[in-house]
Amino acid sequence: MLRLLYFHLRFSGSLIILLQSVIVSAQINLPGEIHGNFQVEAQYYQKDSSIGAPLVKEKILSNGFMNLWYTKGDFTAGIRYENYLNVMQGFDSRYKGSGIPFKFASYKNDRLEATVGNFYEQFGSGIMLRSYEERGLGYDNAFEGVRVAYHLPKGIYIKGLIAKQRTFFTLSPGIVRAADIEINLNELIPAWDSSLTRISIGGSGISRFQADEDPVYKLPENVATGGGRIHINRKGLSFFAEYAFKSNDPSAVNKMIYRPGQALTITGTYASKGFGLLLAVKRLDNFDFRSDRTATGIGANINYLPALTRQHTYNLPATIYPYATQPNGEMGFQAELNFIIPKGSKAGGKYGTEITLNYSGTNGIKKTPAANDTFGYESPFFGISNETYFRDLHIEIHRKFNRNIKATLMYLYWVYNKDVVQGLKGYGTIYANMFVGDVSYKLNQKHNLRMELQGLLTEQDLGSWAMALLEYTYSPNWFVALIDQYNYGNNNAAQRIHYLNASAGYTLKENRIMLSYGKQRAGIFCVGGVCRNVPASNGLYLSVLSSF
Amino acid sequence: MIRSLLVLFVLLLSLSNTKAQQNRTLPQVNLRSLEGKLLSSDQIANDGKPIILSFWATWCKPCITELTNMAEHYSHWQEETGVKIVAISIDDARNQARVAPFVLGKGWDYEVYIDVNADLKRALNVNLVPHTFLLNGNREIVWQHNSYAEGDEFNLFERVKKLSAGVPVNE
Repeated sequence: MLRLLYFHLRFSGSLIILLQSVIVSAQINLPGEIHGNFQVEAQYYQKDSSIGAPLVKEKILSNGFMNLWYTKGDFTAGIRYENYLNVMQGFDSRYKGSGIPFKFASYKNDRLEATVGNFYEQFGSGIMLRSYEERGLGYDNAFEGVRVAYHLPKGIYIKGLIAKQRTFFTLSPGIVRAADIEINLNELIPAWDSSLTRISIGGSGISRFQADEDPVYKLPENVATGGGRIHINRKGLSFFAEYAFKSNDPSAVNKMIYRPGQALTITGTYASKGFGLLLAVKRLDNFDFRSDRTATGIGANINYLPALTRQHTYNLPATIYPYATQPNGEMGFQAELNFIIPKGSKAGGKYGTEITLNYSGTNGIKKTPAANDTFGYESPFFGISNETYFRDLHIEIHRKFNRNIKATLMYLYWVYNKDVVQGLKGYGTIYANMFVGDVSYKLNQKHNLRMELQGLLTEQDLGSWAMALLEYTYSPNWFVALIDQYNYGNNNAAQRIHYLNASAGYTLKENRIMLSYGKQRAGIFCVGGVCRNVPASNGLYLSVLSSF
Repeated sequence: MIRSLLVLFVLLLSLSNTKAQQNRTLPQVNLRSLEGKLLSSDQIANDGKPIILSFWATWCKPCITELTNMAEHYSHWQEETGVKIVAISIDDARNQARVAPFVLGKGWDYEVYIDVNADLKRALNVNLVPHTFLLNGNREIVWQHNSYAEGDEFNLFERVKKLSAGVPVNE
């Protein structure tokens, strides 16, 4: 028996040595890399009728995912496993259970890119086509199909794809066929090679096929969008414009009208050291485009129509009344000025004072009833309606006072048409003044204390809010924070509630773990162009994330 | 059974050994310059000296704090180690036009690229911003860190100094 075991081990030993040498030599020749990232979040929910936090039967809900990719030279393949057991509050309930909704293989060299399976893609500014992911918002409209891109000589880049789109754990019914070309004229035209003016132009064409199974309407099964763009750059000056047209596409979002759609976005910027200026205008007219004409809300979007407003980072302006694009018709304008009052001057102080001024405004477009009512309405191209959808005027001042103290002050004037933006009736328009003060005090090289005070003053809706935050960080690993949001101006005295929440986190290199406990008010959380309504909750929240 | 387990164990051991020996290189992904020019991430280089690759966005407060704090020391860091800071903006179409005026308005001297549809972020498996990578002279990732707390830049620069002195950086 012992001898047998001895033989066994010896045999295994030699096999192992053999295998190991094979592996080692193979790896010298074939160095593949396995890499990925991981995230899981879970929340323990307590019912709290005072803040409207509902009873959660499961008590604990959790979202998680892991990307696992293999790369070897020009070749990459990968999968993403996703898990919603059960999906957390505030995410779409169509995320049910778990699965591998993302899997792909791709090849890329200096000229050619080819992908089969799932992929993300964007043409131009995305006004005609963009698939992307915002995992934190539960947004993912990845394509599933084939994508090919080619870098031709002389600055020409072409892309083409044919695919369906992911909606949660299924594919939406439409088939998307799309192509894009971008030409860098300075590379194409030899005489322009060394010109200070850099010009590139581009064009896209997209077609969606979805069978007409409607018993009433005769619907176009193939819907096309097409458009062009130009980008001109000279020293610090930059100009970008993109226009797109969409053939008639009666859908649930546009209430089944046969009017074609149009979109235009124009941006001009100037930047030099210590100075930046941005001017932008955008018009949308019936431009919602999806791979499923019956879809509403988030899901099956082919194009990307972000709000032309500043994306705020402070809590109250970012999450109480954020604007969301109205794809059926809006016209927006934005201007932003960034500059530094130089250091050494009285207003600039020892380190210089940074100032941002921003104004953005969006109205509806002018609509008159169409002669043929299946077209819905008519609208002159630059016609604006008197209906205000949104205004945000703000100034932000940032100054460092000495080695240990720096502060940001902000004032905002806000107008928010709640009925239009949230698709509701009877709430009207909210006018608010907001203030933010943020002071950071460095105790020493590793320890830092930061305090925020914010206020939102309004007569409408839920009335005024105040918010305070205290955050302590110990570099490079720890943070603890305490946040209180207080709806002190609520007309209903019983609703004047403190939303108190404590959190702590630990970071070690690319790993992070965070715990929080307390009340969370209902809010709208947005990243990029997507917003998520999160109901109020009370409980314990845990998140763990890592890259490898 | 025991044998297959042993073999599997050794296989895993060899794999993990290799992982420790090999660092990932920067993947090849399309980026855009602030002028809108399409280029490949291959072009991010620093003549064999270290590179700090920092993922940020115009709406990310801790990212801006990190880049602003590093900006104060940047010329000194460059003198001492030759390190280059490359800031990768993951701003999407909503904010992309804002990036150039924002960067110049802040007076940052970094090389800045726009990761138009987060392709580089995805290829490097970044969960959230800020996320900062340290690359050695061969453009291999030797260290990374997510989130930012005041003072983290000194921790990072300690590693840059080690790297340029030829000392291994892994903790």
